[in-house]
Amino acid sequence: MEFFKIRRDIPFMRHALAFNVVSLVTFLFAVFFLATKGLNFSIEFTGGTVMEINYEHAVEVDKIRKALDAGGYHDYSVQNFGSSRDVLIRMPLKPGQNSAELSKAVMERLSADDKTAKLQRVEFVGPQVGRELAENGALALLITSICIVGYLALRFEWKFGVAAIIANLHDVVIILGFFAFFQWEFSLPVLAAVLAVLGYSVNESVVIADRIRENFRKMRKASVTEIIDNAITRTTSRTIITHGCTQMMVTSMLVFGGPALHYFALALTIGICFGIYSSVLVMAPLVRWLGIRPDDMMRPPRKEKEEAVV
Amino acid sequence: MNRYPLWVYVTIAVALALGLLYTLPNFFGEAPAVQVSAARATLKVDNAVLGRVEETLKKAGIQPTGLFLDLASIKVRLADTDTQLKAKDLIDRGLNPDPANPSYTVALNLLPNSPRWLSAVALPMYLGLDLRGGVHFLLQVDMPAALAKRAESFAGDVRSQLRDKNVRHAGIAREVNNIVIRFRDAETREKARAIIAEQLPDLQLADAGSGNELRLVASIRPEAQKRTQELALKQNIQTLHNRINELGVAEPVIQQQGSDRVVVQLPGVQDTAKAKEILGRTATLEVRMVDEDNMNAAALAAAQAGQVPFGDEFYVERNGQPLLVRKQVVLTGDRLTDAQPGFDNQTQEPAVHLTLDATGARIFKEVTRESVGKRMAILLIEKGRGEVVTAPVIRSEIGGGRVQISGRMTTVEAHDTALLLRAGALAAPMEIVEERTVGPSLGAENIKKGFDSTIYGFTALSLFIIVYYSLFGVFSTLALCANLLFLIALLSMLQATLTLPGIAAIALTLGMAIDANVLINERVREELRSGVTPQAAIHAGYERAFGTILDSNVTTLIAGLALLLFGSGPVRGFAVVHCLGILTSIFSSVVVSRSMVNLAYGTRRKLEGVAIGNTSWK
Repeated sequence: MEFFKIRRDIPFMRHALAFNVVSLVTFLFAVFFLATKGLNFSIEFTGGTVMEINYEHAVEVDKIRKALDAGGYHDYSVQNFGSSRDVLIRMPLKPGQNSAELSKAVMERLSADDKTAKLQRVEFVGPQVGRELAENGALALLITSICIVGYLALRFEWKFGVAAIIANLHDVVIILGFFAFFQWEFSLPVLAAVLAVLGYSVNESVVIADRIRENFRKMRKASVTEIIDNAITRTTSRTIITHGCTQMMVTSMLVFGGPALHYFALALTIGICFGIYSSVLVMAPLVRWLGIRPDDMMRPPRKEKEEAVV
Repeated sequence: MNRYPLWVYVTIAVALALGLLYTLPNFFGEAPAVQVSAARATLKVDNAVLGRVEETLKKAGIQPTGLFLDLASIKVRLADTDTQLKAKDLIDRGLNPDPANPSYTVALNLLPNSPRWLSAVALPMYLGLDLRGGVHFLLQVDMPAALAKRAESFAGDVRSQLRDKNVRHAGIAREVNNIVIRFRDAETREKARAIIAEQLPDLQLADAGSGNELRLVASIRPEAQKRTQELALKQNIQTLHNRINELGVAEPVIQQQGSDRVVVQLPGVQDTAKAKEILGRTATLEVRMVDEDNMNAAALAAAQAGQVPFGDEFYVERNGQPLLVRKQVVLTGDRLTDAQPGFDNQTQEPAVHLTLDATGARIFKEVTRESVGKRMAILLIEKGRGEVVTAPVIRSEIGGGRVQISGRMTTVEAHDTALLLRAGALAAPMEIVEERTVGPSLGAENIKKGFDSTIYGFTALSLFIIVYYSLFGVFSTLALCANLLFLIALLSMLQATLTLPGIAAIALTLGMAIDANVLINERVREELRSGVTPQAAIHAGYERAFGTILDSNVTTLIAGLALLLFGSGPVRGFAVVHCLGILTSIFSSVVVSRSMVNLAYGTRRKLEGVAIGNTSWK
């Protein structure tokens, strides 16, 4: 079987400007929603209590709300979780409140209404821990970006490093934009997914960069544009097949993984789709505009490597 | 050109065999079991207890499928959960005649079901709380409070030192972590400085004030502060250990995290409220006098029968000796600042060295002066129940707040006693800053969901790859299976904790690992298309793709390592599996798949074609 039989190189670079405008617009939208709506952080970051309660039969969320109102609780959120028999209650952090007593009191109130209520899961995060998690997440993103640029600069050329990281951070921002727009819950596993996507999409850029380097050696007479077009075209098949395979796994998680893995898989799906797009259609034009030349990669790399290390 | 030397095949075979061996225990599953451990640090679980357990079960006609003694507990493996519950009740009743005062903790547990020879080599993966159900707490130790407590005790020491040496000060006060001593003239201050510098080297001194308002500000040296904090954390962890023993948790995890935090994980515990109450409880230490007047055979026998003399309480010493102790408390554990195991200076016998604070030292001095030759008892009171830790004879008057307990002790006992004395109470208050509780049914559901997503995804991916790349697709799939095998074997070998995000990472890593094989296969196809001979195409495909595979895996690994370093909780579980998966995938997708290709094609002289799907231009 063979899906991609492309004889002639596709002139990706001719439409580079259009692609870049598209990604710029998507990017700006993402930033806009991040700025206006913000991320819907899970209690892991904000601090608070989450309770997952299971009933033996379908339960009305309104009834639970009434019970909680009667208990004098405020600012909570109640929603179905996975099925109509499971509910998730989120409570904000309140000074001087003990999480053990809180979950116990809430459970007593709900059991009084309905005997089948069963506490499945409690999660409590204090304010300090939440802040640390958010800081560490941001730090992880920063360190990953710096290390990847450093590695690519060492292995290829700084222009590749910069182009790749811009392209892939653009993916990250777009994933976050989706989460902001739909107000999906941004939890720790989602953060893990975002970072995994960052590492994964860079693969894409590496594969293309590798091809560009090889083409510089083989296609002495070709122009830079032709070389990049050829590199992208030759790797298209691999790109689609690989991403398709990874997506099969992710789809399986989305379908069978249940609510616990839902947003994780969703973040990966968006990341994989935009990862293809950005590596091919953002990174490559950027490399060209940064002015990649054959001798950037042909020259004996000794001197450049020293520069890169500094 | 496409032949591997023999040692490569041998290496692969050995790796696969090891992988299989370490993966194997995961297939046997786990059997219900009962675990018996000592409820108090003063008790040991040994062969005698094992015999009692065996006998108890035999009497009831329960045949355990396994019964063995490991480092600190007895484990009884049983056929099913009904027998497990029955056996637990039986053993509990057999070992703990007095349910209000249990000597042994009898807990339900799960044991790997693998045969004995296998358990000796390999264990199944360790499941995280989100998969097996249980409670996770992160406790923050209040270090400022620990330091304030230490400063307070230093203030007492300074006060008593100055009084002993007859230095007249105008007042001593603790201000946050500093001790401020006021003086009326400079001469007295100099005198005090010399005394404090000599007696309390952990304090550093600074002058302040002028005229007749002179002050000496003593602060705890940074290294002493650090020591205090470390000790406080250690003591709190020990105290938590002792308390959790009572909860009857089979495999509690109590670990230090960072410089001032403690992680407590209690698999299988559902009652968070009770767990929290026990964690937050305070145990106290009491020093009381033994009632020497009534320590005769008749009174002891009567006391044992329930007729305790007025004003006394009946206790049994660790060595089984009965003891009548006065109810009146001489000293409480608040006065104890430290307890360390060591040796007697003269006899070189094992001993426990106690340090009391100033008030404690004064009381102790008075009491010992009046009671030379008598015995005093040191009791640990928990949940209103006391236990005699030790009951030494007072040999002479003890001043200066340094007390030594020695005699009839082994080094191990000295160590245990010191630990027990230190661990009686928390060194500093702790606060729960994170809590996670997962019900067991939710855990089982999470395992199923994680497993399902992996298996269905893997099946779909394999089918596609085989259809798309034919025989090379089969090789790629087998390489991916080897990757899964290595990954699970590594996780089992390292006993890394597998969580739901960890299972997700397995699925994702497999999905990403196929990239390497796709790269290789595409490259081989491309070479074939450009008219190279099949053998050369295979060779070039693998050689050329390797650089790319390495680069792309390194970048993925960078992201994985960043997650490992900065992530916590669920993210770390994801990162560990992700990083390991990247490492195993390089080996399996390049070396293992190549070995199969080499075996299939490498030996043929004339190769007409390669089964890698359509490579014509049509």
